Amino acid sequence: MSTQTDIGARHFALVGTPNSGKTALFNALTGGRQKVANYPGVTVERKAGVLQTPSGHSVHLVDLPGTYSLRGRSPDEEITRDVVLGRLASETAPDLLLCIADATNLRVALRLVIELKRVGRQLMLVLNMIDIARRRGIEIDLDRLSAELGVPVVTSTAVRRGGTEELLRRMDEMAAGRLAPSGENTWKPPTTGELRAAQREADRVIATAVGLPARPDKISARVDAVLLHPVAGLVILLSVLFVMFQAVFAWAKPVMDLISSGFDALGVVAHDALPTGLLQSFIQNGVIAGVGSVIVFLPQILILFLFILLLEDLGYMGRAAFLMDRIMGGAGLHGRAFIPLLSSFACAIPGIMATRVIDNRRDRLTTILVAPLMTCSARIPVYTLIISAFVPATYLWGWVSLQGLVMFALYAAGIMSALGVSFVAKHFFLRENYTPPFMLELPAYKVPNIRSVAIGLYTRAKMFLQRAGTTIFSMMVLIWFLASFPRPPEGAEGPAINFSLAAMIGDALQPVLAPVGFNWQISVALIPGMAAREVAVAALGTVYAIEGGKEAAEQIGQALASKWSLATALAMLAWYIFAPQCASTLAVIRRETGSWRWMAITFGYMLALAYLAAFVTYNVAVALGAG
Amino acid sequence: MTDTVPEAAADMRLGQANRGFCGRINAIHVGEVTHGLAASEIESRLLELGFVEGVEIKVLHEGPIGRDPIAVRINDTTIALRRREAMAILVTSLNRST
Repeated sequence: MSTQTDIGARHFALVGTPNSGKTALFNALTGGRQKVANYPGVTVERKAGVLQTPSGHSVHLVDLPGTYSLRGRSPDEEITRDVVLGRLASETAPDLLLCIADATNLRVALRLVIELKRVGRQLMLVLNMIDIARRRGIEIDLDRLSAELGVPVVTSTAVRRGGTEELLRRMDEMAAGRLAPSGENTWKPPTTGELRAAQREADRVIATAVGLPARPDKISARVDAVLLHPVAGLVILLSVLFVMFQAVFAWAKPVMDLISSGFDALGVVAHDALPTGLLQSFIQNGVIAGVGSVIVFLPQILILFLFILLLEDLGYMGRAAFLMDRIMGGAGLHGRAFIPLLSSFACAIPGIMATRVIDNRRDRLTTILVAPLMTCSARIPVYTLIISAFVPATYLWGWVSLQGLVMFALYAAGIMSALGVSFVAKHFFLRENYTPPFMLELPAYKVPNIRSVAIGLYTRAKMFLQRAGTTIFSMMVLIWFLASFPRPPEGAEGPAINFSLAAMIGDALQPVLAPVGFNWQISVALIPGMAAREVAVAALGTVYAIEGGKEAAEQIGQALASKWSLATALAMLAWYIFAPQCASTLAVIRRETGSWRWMAITFGYMLALAYLAAFVTYNVAVALGAG
Repeated sequence: MTDTVPEAAADMRLGQANRGFCGRINAIHVGEVTHGLAASEIESRLLELGFVEGVEIKVLHEGPIGRDPIAVRINDTTIALRRREAMAILVTSLNRST
């Protein structure tokens, strides 16, 4: 951040326990004017935004990761601690800490306030979700609470229009004031004795300033009686997942068709507008077809994230972890790994980044190791393409789609192999003779806030499109280049691509990949597929387009059906269950684990499994007469 | 409410409690179980979630496999934890003996 623009600007930080509605409040205060990036050197998400107070003060607001204390038990919590203490070099020390508390659940929050008072910064307590507290008959004497704690107190309702007015007014007053540090920083990690004393003090304050709830939250308990039921709960969880995946495929289809035909039309426009030649081929086959083949997944990614964000907002994710803890524990995974692994169905990158919630290093490593095995949306185009080309669109017993069944089998194979790998990792490589604790607050159920979900989706869409616009685009240009140069000599016969660098690379890899039934076109497509798996489809398209002209590209499925044997197609599917081909995932693993070693291990084991699976599949298929 | 809670209510560990158990926390004592973390760290985490001596708790739910983990009500929050960690929480039953 440049200091010039910051003259006079205030820096406020939001601190609070998980589930305090901190992020919803941050969204309400900053709206779309927020930036999501990483703190330097770590993959903890840094969410920051600028807002104008009613009288025109400009405030830089940063949303710190949720925490129960400043002890810093995970990379996320260490960031919170360092920013609060002003120890993080890259971050301006906050002028004011806004401690966000769930007004219906003050015990733990007030203990945090007592701890925060010791850091010697200006502090204000924000009682969020005050509407719910009032509805449940919780009476809070704000003046008394403020006097007892020695901290200003303000109320807010992040999810209601006008619910932040009072908070903004107080922030305005604070921004206008001097905001000098309130005292010396005397914070040090609290001992268990100090934690007890602080909690006792918090309970005493509550006893004096808060009327006990007349109507406790019975709704969540009743809903939980069903959703956490040993049988019904699991059935519902599976149903939710089933609906989610149905939606990802069914709902996205029309939009995807629209996007895809839009890019086709654009390609035709470019084709007609440009003179025949290199530039025309570059724009149409390289740029438009390449980028289009990736952007087409935006609807699926958005639907998946919509579900994840809704379930998170609803308060269901913790319940899912509760139900899955022992089941995943059997395979050596932590209950909390459920959410990252679920996210990995959209994309391993957010999934791996979500492993931050797992504070134990071994658990986190195992989860990171297997997250890329979850069938991410980038594999969908490869699967769909091959399945629709090779698996007949027939129905078993009249209603089970054979194509759908194969798709399901591929997903199941991914999940089973992830469980298998984590089991092996736990028992042979990352062996430690203990299981770390699983402790998780199950928040009260809430109606998801549309605005907050929309902001979350918008952020995801932006991240995806940026990736499509940079990494994937440059890879598409590269593959086009490889497939187009050098030009064939004068009077040469056969498709131009046979003389290209791509063909040379493909031929070079051929001996290695022949045993698994891959032809040189696949070998070529696998290389740009290193950038991102879905690029392989576009690359195959480019290869066959340059080889066979436009018609072949339009009907790439038919082209494959005529050029590949069934055994090759099946081997390709088997390969893709494990394929380690995603440079971004590998980069994220490198960043998250802080070591090249784990990146290399992930790449190596996935490559080995991919080769093995394709080899076995191909040879079994050939033996059965599908060669 | 003439019947009083029997004074001799059994002291036990939260990790042994069944669904429907109501009790008061007597002490947090992390034993010899190796969690890979210092006993004081486990103790701190329990304290931070609100498991403090004197508070009343109720076991609301049990997980689908091996009745583990458990979901425990403390005042107005619900915390999920494994029975293993719950063994560190010593409780006095407040369920009326039947």
